[in-house]
Amino acid sequence: MSQRSLTDTTSAGARPPGGGGALPPGGGLTRRRRFGADTLFRAAVTSAGSTVLLVIVAIATFLVVQSLPALRRNSANFFSFHQWFPQDAPPRFGIAATAFGTVLTSGIALLLAVPVALGIALCLSHYAPKRIATGLGFAVDLLAAVPSVVFGLWGREYLARPVADLSAWLHSNLGWLPPFSSKGPYVNSVLLGSLVLAIMILPIVTSLSREVFQQTPSPNEEAALALGATKWEMVRTAVLPYGRAGVIASVMLGLGRALGETIALALTLGNTYLISFDLLGSGGVTIASNIANSFGEASDPTSRGALIASGLVLFAITLVVNVTARAIVFRRREFTGSTT
Amino acid sequence: MKLKRYGIMAGLALTATVALSACGSDNNAPATNTSSASKVDCVSGKLAAAGSSAQKNAMDEWIKAYQLQCSGATIEYNPSGSGAGITAFAGGTVDFAGSDSALKDGDEQTRADARCRTGKAINLPMVTGPIAVVFNLDGVKELKLKPATIAKIFAGTAPTWDDAAIKADNPGVTLPSTPILAVHRSDSSGTTDNFTKFLAATAGSDWTYANDKAWKAPGGQGQQGSDGVADAVKKTAGTIGYVEWSFATNKSLNIAKVGNGAGEFATLTADSASKTVAGAPVTGTGNDLKLKIDYNTKEAGAYPVVLVTYEIVCEKGTPADKLPLLKSFLKYTVGADGQASLTSLGYAPLPASLRGKVESAINSLA
Amino acid sequence: MSERLGTIAGLRTKRLPGWAVPALAAGGLAVAWLIVYLPGTGGAVLTGVCAALLFLAALVGVSVAVEGRRAATDRAATALIYAAFLLALAPLAAVAYTLLAKGATRMSGDFLTHSMRNIGGRDAGGGAYHAILGTLEQAGIATLITVPLGIAGAIYIVEYGRGALATAIRFFVDVMTGIPSIVAGLFILAFWVQLVSPLFTADHQPEFSGFAAALALSVLMLPTVVRSSEEMLRLVPATLREGAYALGVAKWKTVLRIVLPTAAPGIVTGVMLAIARACGETAPVLLVAGASASINSNPFAGQQQALSIYIYQQAKDSSIYAPPRAWAAALTLVVLVLALTVAAKLLARRSKLAR
Repeated sequence: MSQRSLTDTTSAGARPPGGGGALPPGGGLTRRRRFGADTLFRAAVTSAGSTVLLVIVAIATFLVVQSLPALRRNSANFFSFHQWFPQDAPPRFGIAATAFGTVLTSGIALLLAVPVALGIALCLSHYAPKRIATGLGFAVDLLAAVPSVVFGLWGREYLARPVADLSAWLHSNLGWLPPFSSKGPYVNSVLLGSLVLAIMILPIVTSLSREVFQQTPSPNEEAALALGATKWEMVRTAVLPYGRAGVIASVMLGLGRALGETIALALTLGNTYLISFDLLGSGGVTIASNIANSFGEASDPTSRGALIASGLVLFAITLVVNVTARAIVFRRREFTGSTT
Repeated sequence: MKLKRYGIMAGLALTATVALSACGSDNNAPATNTSSASKVDCVSGKLAAAGSSAQKNAMDEWIKAYQLQCSGATIEYNPSGSGAGITAFAGGTVDFAGSDSALKDGDEQTRADARCRTGKAINLPMVTGPIAVVFNLDGVKELKLKPATIAKIFAGTAPTWDDAAIKADNPGVTLPSTPILAVHRSDSSGTTDNFTKFLAATAGSDWTYANDKAWKAPGGQGQQGSDGVADAVKKTAGTIGYVEWSFATNKSLNIAKVGNGAGEFATLTADSASKTVAGAPVTGTGNDLKLKIDYNTKEAGAYPVVLVTYEIVCEKGTPADKLPLLKSFLKYTVGADGQASLTSLGYAPLPASLRGKVESAINSLA
Repeated sequence: MSERLGTIAGLRTKRLPGWAVPALAAGGLAVAWLIVYLPGTGGAVLTGVCAALLFLAALVGVSVAVEGRRAATDRAATALIYAAFLLALAPLAAVAYTLLAKGATRMSGDFLTHSMRNIGGRDAGGGAYHAILGTLEQAGIATLITVPLGIAGAIYIVEYGRGALATAIRFFVDVMTGIPSIVAGLFILAFWVQLVSPLFTADHQPEFSGFAAALALSVLMLPTVVRSSEEMLRLVPATLREGAYALGVAKWKTVLRIVLPTAAPGIVTGVMLAIARACGETAPVLLVAGASASINSNPFAGQQQALSIYIYQQAKDSSIYAPPRAWAAALTLVVLVLALTVAAKLLARRSKLAR
């Protein structure tokens, strides 16, 4: 008669009967427990997990229910129409331009922010002297503490001028490329919005990646160094692979923030419903910024429902990206560093 | 020891909270004393309102004056936008709403009426907000623009400053040949709605986009909020935009003179804006005082680009605990003192005839 | 031949002297200045960029010639990593400078202790006390709701989750990371404000409240807390857990006393990121808390202000006194969140078990 193992998850099979020796079953170290602390704890965390799931499912349901009537009344194709006139008779609205803008701005922001963030994270965890690293980490936390509306205001007031200069330079030197073909005057643009977005997601990716890199087991690092690796080779072979999953998770969180950023983009994008790769001109609208701009005057159920429907599309985009990311980090082992 | 560490932190947090909750004060004695000489019929209580951001400054001033005289009253106004205000009103979370356009017949009116249970929802005009056409052009301080010219500029058919239409309106002024950047509101707004109504009514052949809260014409640059438009015009040369008058004066922007139906180019003043509203007939029935603004007004010296903000209230059916404060407050806002206090804020007072009608409508609220 | 022996078999390899790197940097700057700045081809920024590129190229070239390829790669990587860091300093310094310069002008004890009651468009006074109180209460309640729930959920996914429930939770949490803040606000508006709050108010009308805002903020914080905690818990080496089990420690005790403290610094980072975001969110709070000008210390009844809405509204206001108030409030918010972050990180100092 086998004793219940101490852990609830049975990784191996049941214990061999009799404990394998002269000792009483279980070695006399355990008592049979029915409703012990373990069960209570497991119940508590399971209910927490279920509550989280419940909240999320409730929100998803609410969104679907609110958006269906508007979608039914829509006279244009929701996926291919690029204007937003839900208050017309009949209502015409489509997410082509907003979804494109979302993907474009978030993509550019990720492209700009992730390499820099990883560089900073590596610098703070492995290259900079310890005392400086703490202080500089604090500086990164400062960026995280700035609210999104302040980034929007700062971008609109102070970043607009340098970006306009940059746009002029890009246009004069690389104007033959489609993204830089706009002539100006340059006020708000996709470039400005993406830059502000990149600065906003930088602290998220940096902080979490730094934690991940700091958790690399020293045996792994020391082994690499002992074998004669240079510092970069040690990072490349011991730190980065170990932290791959965590880094991807932090990038996904940064991306989630970028996709859902509302106010800062409403203030720095040019807000025209066009599908174009023109980075410098007065364009760019994202799903979230469209909601922010239209919400104040969306007093009827159709307008509201249309905005909520676009929110659902955002969910779909997030889902696709995250599922891809999880697939990339497919884990065969439960925990990193396990000896098996 | 961990316990000690947690203990210290908890103690600090507690002290900080206690200190924080004890040291704030609602007592703001403003430097500028309201000149309200007549006594207000004070009623205590709480009112919540939301709606148009165009009337925010007016509301703030009225709330301040009323609360200073009646310390037991608390009135909150949230400038979340006309549409959000109407939705909040219909949903019951606010006691009255401010909107730049009257309730639309049909679904909107029905939902608002439903909130009033026994009565219907009516529109009471309260604030006249002129819309200024502002521009930033090197070397040019004064600009005269006919409605048709404005329409051409914002529709994109007059792309440069030395276009024939602009030249015709401003003989003798040297205009550069730089391109015009027309700045409009990127967020849905009652100001856009009224501005485009003006363009559609006065320059229908040049402005084919009808009127809507969302900007429909192609091109130009969208900015969020009137502060964004004002900022963009202030910063960049060669821009033109439309903002509420208070934004134009506060940022010291150049305001264009707009041609009215009488053939003159009217300068924007409180008087000239009031004249347009004075000539507007009431199209609502009974206590509903919906106005139809004549943008082609032939009144001499009238500035035609105005918007009127309505307070949307229940004619009958306001909850009994809110009704006295609502009536008292609205009586103050429509009174001579209340309206006069607006002129320095970038609004025009309601003409006296209209004020009388609004007052009697308020008196009959139940 | 001797070069190769020098790098692999020999005990000492040729290294660049210590002064080489600064010398190359100075050289790169000088050349860039000569060819870009002096003739007027570009401004200071372009010169800097050219200098950096020249320095990198020179460093790699010289290093390959003297030290060998592997060392050159190492140097290039080090240079790039430090460059990334310097690159991030630019916006950081810019934002910090703007906040300090513009916020300090209006900041005063008065500003921090007064509300906006009875302040009109022409009045210069007014402060953000009601907003500070509101933010603290709303973010505080949101944290109290989210942190236990999120960390417990993450524990479930990592330690116990084997089947469909864990997969479903992971799936939906991933989807939720991208929720626009305004959608969270709409949900709470429809659910809490319209449906639930009339049950509690005197006249059975829906009511805005700070608590509704806290709920909206929790919806936004939850995915971040769950996801980051999940990753940090996964990073705890299995050897720690297995050692504990081998010693006969019960699972719940292992999780609470060994796994959580090891992952604590990382979890705290995730939680502080979520709180920072919550404090800075405008749209959802505006939708369900209303925006009050007076002090309201009861988060469960009545409209309440928050620093994020305050900043947004003051920035949009046409009064000439409004923008300075907005920046002072922004400075207050950043200082507040920074203080909380530092306190939290001090509290969860790196446990000795981590390394």
